[in-house]
Amino acid sequence: MSSTNLLSVEAARKAFGGLVAVNDVDFTVKQSELIGLIGPNGSGKTTMMNLISGALQLTSGAIRLDGEVISGMPAHQIARRGVARTFQLVRILPSLSAVENVIAGAVFGHVRAWGDDAYREAEILLDRVGLGGRGNAPTGSMTYIDQKRLELARALASNPRLLLLDEWLAGLNPSELRIGIELIRDLREDGRTIIMVEHVMDAIRSLCDRCVVMSSGVKIADGSVHDVLSQPEVVTAYLGAEDA
Amino acid sequence: MDILITGTVLGGTYALIALGLTLQYGVARIMNLANGENLVLACFCAFWLYTAASINPIIGIALIAPVAFVLNWAIYAYAMKPLVDRAKNRGQLEIDSILATFGLMFIMQGVMLLVFGGEYFSYNFLSEPVRILGENYGLNRIVALGAAVVIAVALYVFLYRTRYGTAVRAVSVSPSSASLVAIDVPRMSAFAFALGGALTAAGGALLSTFYTFNASMGVIFTMKALIIVIMGGVGDVRGAVLAALLLGLAETAVASLIDPGLTLAATYTLFILVLLFRPQGIFGRQTA
Amino acid sequence: MIRMNNREQRVAAIALLLFGAAASIPLLDEGYYLSLSVNIAMYAVLCTAWTLFSGPTHYISLATAAFFGIGTYSVGLGIDTLPFPLLLLIAALASGILAGLVGIATLRLSGVYFVIFTLGLAELVRQVVTWLQVKFLGAVGLYVFTDLAEKHIFWMLLALAAVVFITGWLVNRSRLGFAMRIIGNDETVARHVGIDVARAKVILFVISGAFIGITGAILAPRFAYVEPPSAFNPVISFQVVIMALLGGTGRLWAPLLGVIPFTILFDRISASFPNHTSLLIGVTFMAIVYFLPRGVMGLFEDIRARKDKTRPVAAGVAEAAE
Repeated sequence: MSSTNLLSVEAARKAFGGLVAVNDVDFTVKQSELIGLIGPNGSGKTTMMNLISGALQLTSGAIRLDGEVISGMPAHQIARRGVARTFQLVRILPSLSAVENVIAGAVFGHVRAWGDDAYREAEILLDRVGLGGRGNAPTGSMTYIDQKRLELARALASNPRLLLLDEWLAGLNPSELRIGIELIRDLREDGRTIIMVEHVMDAIRSLCDRCVVMSSGVKIADGSVHDVLSQPEVVTAYLGAEDA
Repeated sequence: MDILITGTVLGGTYALIALGLTLQYGVARIMNLANGENLVLACFCAFWLYTAASINPIIGIALIAPVAFVLNWAIYAYAMKPLVDRAKNRGQLEIDSILATFGLMFIMQGVMLLVFGGEYFSYNFLSEPVRILGENYGLNRIVALGAAVVIAVALYVFLYRTRYGTAVRAVSVSPSSASLVAIDVPRMSAFAFALGGALTAAGGALLSTFYTFNASMGVIFTMKALIIVIMGGVGDVRGAVLAALLLGLAETAVASLIDPGLTLAATYTLFILVLLFRPQGIFGRQTA
Repeated sequence: MIRMNNREQRVAAIALLLFGAAASIPLLDEGYYLSLSVNIAMYAVLCTAWTLFSGPTHYISLATAAFFGIGTYSVGLGIDTLPFPLLLLIAALASGILAGLVGIATLRLSGVYFVIFTLGLAELVRQVVTWLQVKFLGAVGLYVFTDLAEKHIFWMLLALAAVVFITGWLVNRSRLGFAMRIIGNDETVARHVGIDVARAKVILFVISGAFIGITGAILAPRFAYVEPPSAFNPVISFQVVIMALLGGTGRLWAPLLGVIPFTILFDRISASFPNHTSLLIGVTFMAIVYFLPRGVMGLFEDIRARKDKTRPVAAGVAEAAE
């Protein structure tokens, strides 16, 4: 079971009128893998995440989760099948308390927690992400990294089969970054399957098993981190032709 | 055949009214529920001009439309603009403008009821019959249709062939982008709102030549105009005209073939079908 | 089974007292004041049921008259053959079904479509009912003769009001209520945590519509003669919106702050200046939009917040969810 593909993206294509944001992209993710989805700005990475999570619908192609076609399903059905995500611009729920934010992730998915059990589980998760004891704090005045931690806790609350992190490490200072990378490493050790869209190369190098590189909507590389980052096409995509 | 011509005449008048609302909602982003009251007010003005001063309603439009323009500009500037400035997003502006124009609708209706009472009014203008293809039609209806066509074409030319008109269309597509290309969006919105009001008033004056009206019928017309605007695609002039004709034909068909008491049911069925299968309207742009 | 914290117990006790006091009104007067009380009770139920849906979703429903009329007509049609309680159930089912259909058609789209659609819904239902009546019954209008007097209607409305409040309270504590709070914060997040947003809205709309239908059914005996224009009177829809917005839609009991003053005011104006009722409605709408965007309740909360700068509003909301 662990060597089969949990996620398979097949000839995925997303066009916004004349603009093709994702152009015939194929890749797979095995159970418990930690994949980095990287590429220069505008390459279609976040669009790809949105397609997987159901925030956007494919123009053509298919996406399968454990064999089942999830492309074409509305986002809430995909979420109930065990796909959770964080957002590029962190989205917490401002009028709910921190612990309620976390519980929100657990109530409607396949976990279906409620009541005292939900509260207890949420407190455990808050501890895990480093927000222990702050369950009743007002979320609106939290620092950026704390809000990100909260969003991660909410995503974890649903016990997802696939976790999508959309530039979760962006905007963190060096010490916060270290803590963030450790957290993700922890999750990986749990056996979670994760796709990370990232620009922070240190994180990619130290965390990812494999990398998929996109540029202008097309997949240009797919392999181990070391191999991929030394390929000329990848260097060109990031830095321009002269430095290849 | 009879249905076709009567339906087209009805649709033509609806088109003018809907065009007014298209400008107000599509460009100024104000869902003006008092639109129908605008229409009725114009009916009363045309009536008064004809009966008291013997001014032909078609000529009367030249007086009524500018007055409506000024009135609607004032409404936008004093009543709507504060809401536009206050709204944090488009959804909130829509709700606020609906409620405010609701209030306006009741106030205008209330004033008209006080001044004119609730009775029905009508007057005779060009009501001689005209024979077309074997059936009799009132000359007033044909003339009204003709005038509506002239006005609609003039609007089309303005919007699609002049610089000012293109600026108006730009605002309807994207106000934020329009301001980036040096279009004065608040001024354009006010202009569009005022122009929309003038168009609706023109429609009202034409309507009064063959339709019996009273002070409380505004709501029904507002509703139909709203449905037409949505069916045609918000902000799209051609869509509004097409949808208006469709509605006029559908209503006339139902009234003649099934039952005159079910015209609203016909309208609604069309509306539901559009909402279910093509919510952006015939010519509308799909919102991602 | 259902635990209430101290604050909720206090609220329940106060509510019980108020209901008891209200229930004694028919014993004190059976004339004008009872009649006025029936009006207030009717609008209290209608506005609270309306807020049940329109409060959390911010969708303005003008369909009240349609559901109310269906309720009234259910009684009108069945009064001679079926027992009254069964008719109330039928009214709830019929309105609920209509609400479900309207909801499914319009709630996936933006609020504007919803408002427009509900604006004409009462007229549509009226036209269809009139046509059906003429075709199948030969006459428009039904007689409703019962033994139910004004005071029975009042007590039934009070009971219904209690049920609506309890339902609202239960919904707030349930997964549905939680889902609505999340939807109100961020609909995208709501979808991504597995909430079927459209379905949640439709369920609330159905519950709201059913209660409004029952209200119409309860009021039927008051009419004695039921005909489409009065049963499906669109003014009911507008008045409900005004009163609910005037009171505020943030809390379930906030609409009452609008119902009581407006019903009395409207009653006075329609008695002394019958042609000015439209103006009254219009001016009130404008006043709400420009000066009281969150209703009287919002005004109180602003005053309280200014006095109470250290206590965040979020904590109070968190309390209410427990």
